[in-house]
Amino acid sequence: MTANTHGSPAPPERIRRHSVVTRLTHWLNVLAVVVLVMSGLQIFNAHPRLYWGQAGANADMPFIEITSVVSGADGRRGVVRFGRHAVDTTGFLGLSGSLDDPMRRGFPAWATLPGYQDLATGRRWHLFFAWVLVLNGALYVLYNAASGHLRRDLWPTTRELAPTHVWSEVKAHIRLRWPTGEADKSYNVLQKLTYLSVIAVALPLILLTGLTMSPGFNAIAPWLLDVLGGRQSARTLHFIAAAFIVGFIIVHVGLVLLAGPWNLMRSMVTGRYTVRPDRRSPAQSPYAPSAS
Amino acid sequence: MNGILMSRRRLLLSGAAGASGLLLVGCDSLSRNRSVKRVLARAEGLTFATQRALQPRLALAREFSEADLSPVFKANGTMRPDTPQYLDLLEQGFANWRLVIDGLVDRAMALSLADLGRLPARTQITRHDCVEGWSAIGKWIGPQLGPILKTAGLRPNARYVVFHCADNLGNEPSKGGDQSAGRYYESIDLVDAFHPQTILAHSMNGAPLPVRHGAPLRLRVERQLGYKQAKYLMRIEAVDSFERFSGGKGGFWEDRGYEWYAGI
Repeated sequence: MTANTHGSPAPPERIRRHSVVTRLTHWLNVLAVVVLVMSGLQIFNAHPRLYWGQAGANADMPFIEITSVVSGADGRRGVVRFGRHAVDTTGFLGLSGSLDDPMRRGFPAWATLPGYQDLATGRRWHLFFAWVLVLNGALYVLYNAASGHLRRDLWPTTRELAPTHVWSEVKAHIRLRWPTGEADKSYNVLQKLTYLSVIAVALPLILLTGLTMSPGFNAIAPWLLDVLGGRQSARTLHFIAAAFIVGFIIVHVGLVLLAGPWNLMRSMVTGRYTVRPDRRSPAQSPYAPSAS
Repeated sequence: MNGILMSRRRLLLSGAAGASGLLLVGCDSLSRNRSVKRVLARAEGLTFATQRALQPRLALAREFSEADLSPVFKANGTMRPDTPQYLDLLEQGFANWRLVIDGLVDRAMALSLADLGRLPARTQITRHDCVEGWSAIGKWIGPQLGPILKTAGLRPNARYVVFHCADNLGNEPSKGGDQSAGRYYESIDLVDAFHPQTILAHSMNGAPLPVRHGAPLRLRVERQLGYKQAKYLMRIEAVDSFERFSGGKGGFWEDRGYEWYAGI
């Protein structure tokens, strides 16, 4: 399958990369996040406006609004408003579906669960899979804190956080140069920071902002209203955190496709990962040399 | 080895394709499937039990100041009940309106607006959270429900309080889903019925309750969403179970798929 530059065949080195708990929680998380994002957009569509503060409804100034307007010769157009600025989003946001029978809705049918408008069912999906996300996330964090995975493999070292090192990693990523040999056996600093920002920032924030929208939970932890700036601020932050997570997924899946989807997918299914053979001595990692 | 790899690859690929196909094409049929709905609905019990376990019985909803009042408090649901019975009552300024309190009580009562006005009232400025996502802050005045139920004398087998309303509701396009019309009603358990912020509001923002907000009387149960705040109250019935009413789920929106426990 592979051979080193000296021509003598060397068997590819296989390592056990992901524990069974990591693999199970990863794929359950994929299901939960997909359902939560799509059902969340269904819920959002019942009132496609975001506000800042304790309260906010139709008569109040929104921070972001998805709507549709009739504009002279063009007929009805879908628009997204940021304060006083409007962007035409016909076909995606505000107005979507077939040209003959466009629907006035925030996010289009293909992005919501269910596809047709049904707030009650969207809430059922969302509030069920919110529990899946929380319990699955708790299992992941507890197991990986106990096993040392979080500290050993995800916590960046001071040396890795040095700006010159981070910059060399950024350059390697932009050039799509993937780590080889020893360096390929652990996460690089950009991976560590990205995974930690999701695990330790975005997911806790999405849980807390979700709970802050709950009038029942407000009576349990009223301080969350003060920390997050009110229920409508929490709703806006919930949406922003969800957008961050969607952005992460796009980059994550994109990099998997670029960096070797077969090997990476297999490692997240069976746990086994084939290390990229070293091109140079491990001491000169990260990654391949620049052309100079 | 290659054969195994290939078949495993094929397995993975077909699994991935199957999963995404299931998600994209099958979501709507899954959403309509009764068994799926039943499983998804089980989260409500977990949420209810968890919130009640963490929530001290008397823990209050946030109260605000006059400065926080929403400039416009959005009205939702029925704006003006159109039954002849209600229109008659409205025409006479609710002089002939009576709030009936009956069911599993020792002393059934019929209270006029004047009777309710004589009871000690609670004033609270609270946030109203619609299930659709918006919120508005309003000031409510009215007697607490708990002392009224005590006066009526709840029987030991009473477990819920059902609120019968004057309005028929239907066709709420913003929510989608089941749009069938019906008489509005709601229900809460005794924990919420005896909560200090659970009041029968006859006044809103310093004036008698406007028709679009439920005149002459609406429920405020502040630790739950807007659809629990039943408007146009006619009768309060203490029951051991709400299964015999309408769709059997304990409220107009509950019968149309929404959670009975609307604390989230």
